[in-house]
Amino acid sequence: MKEPKQLSVSAIQNGTVIDHIPARNLFKVISILGLDHIHNQITFGTNLESKKLGRKAIIKISDKYFEDEDINRIALVAPDAKLNIIRDYEVVEKKVVEVPDVIVGIAKCMNPKCITNFESVTTRFRVVSKKNVSLKCHYCEKITNQENLHII
Amino acid sequence: MKNRSLVSIDDLSTDEVLKVLDDAAGFEKDPVRKLLEGKVIATLFFEPSTRTRLSFESAINRLGGKIVGFSDAGVSSVSKGETLHDTIRMVSNYSDLIVMRHPIEGSARYASEISSVPVINAGDGANQHPTQTLLDLYSIRKTQGTLDNLNIFMVGDLKYGRTVHSLMMAMSRWNTTFNFISPEELKMPEEFKLYLENLGLKYYEHLDFTEIISRADIIYMTRVQKERFSDPIEYEKVKNVYVLKNAMLANTKPNMRILHPLPRVNEIHTDVDTNPKAYYFEQALNGVYTRQAILCSLLGIK
Repeated sequence: MKEPKQLSVSAIQNGTVIDHIPARNLFKVISILGLDHIHNQITFGTNLESKKLGRKAIIKISDKYFEDEDINRIALVAPDAKLNIIRDYEVVEKKVVEVPDVIVGIAKCMNPKCITNFESVTTRFRVVSKKNVSLKCHYCEKITNQENLHII
Repeated sequence: MKNRSLVSIDDLSTDEVLKVLDDAAGFEKDPVRKLLEGKVIATLFFEPSTRTRLSFESAINRLGGKIVGFSDAGVSSVSKGETLHDTIRMVSNYSDLIVMRHPIEGSARYASEISSVPVINAGDGANQHPTQTLLDLYSIRKTQGTLDNLNIFMVGDLKYGRTVHSLMMAMSRWNTTFNFISPEELKMPEEFKLYLENLGLKYYEHLDFTEIISRADIIYMTRVQKERFSDPIEYEKVKNVYVLKNAMLANTKPNMRILHPLPRVNEIHTDVDTNPKAYYFEQALNGVYTRQAILCSLLGIK
């Protein structure tokens, strides 16, 4: 009988752990934060059981700390995400994400007649409601609400 | 306002709106001045709009400016598949200011971000048409002597009418009472009513306006279009309710004036035209003065 090998993904020495990501949005979070373009050591797990989310994902990024402004960009796809800031294997700080006042280049405008759906324009929205997310397009001035929200 | 673009009426503070109206009054007194001599203004009409284009071109010509552009996207490089981005980059090299009409919403805001020269939005789809709103404000202030405490009647298609939405938003800066008169299918959208409620402004909704017409300071007429109705029978029922006739004006206030963004089809009977309260043709003329004022202020002239 072979002993199962223990993979050493459980803890990082220094860096950031992003927990409580809805499993279906894991790759969107990776893309929004540009984790697919950095050289840090990254481990992630997905379809983990979660009482709150059903299935959740978790990402551990070594030697990387995020500005609030950057991390809040994932609020549309992972509103319940929690961050643990790790230094020398210890959690030194916990953070939650907050929907920012302006959303740039993440969401799609639901107005089919909006210029952002015709030309390669980076979308831009002012957040008019954070609780039940409601976005006002900087270009066509129409509202895109939670039910019609699509992430690019 | 020098070197800024005018995309939406909200781009202007109330002081800036009033400054445009004051400048427009100056152009009404003295419309032929060589203030745009040596300037090239591009008028890019990606969809036809004869009235708006002629008004701008008249304003530019009276100020001695030169015009380049097109009046229909079919004859421009757009028909070859050029993007708006590239058209604007190119034209902003050739001109001192761009006047643009485009069927896609948000196109004017986008153009203003790409262009190296100011852009005036002459209508972007169902979104904004700020020079129309400014000429409406000019016409209201000129005929009423003030923008404060007026009772404005908006009649016809209040659901899709871009001009009535913009005018309503603009007039909400003053203490305006609104009366919205429209068929059930074409009522003012909730978001605009909510906006007025939040400001504490009074509005009333009616299906018919013959009973209450005596209260109006301004009647702003718009066209009820057949194609807006899902049921043609509904259109047949209401098509004559929103037609203004001279006989209806007997008990209206002496200061009351009738506005219409034009073109009119049949919503104002021609027997109204000779009534001194009919103001829609003068309103169109005011558009030239207002556009002269806007062109000069964005170019930092005077």
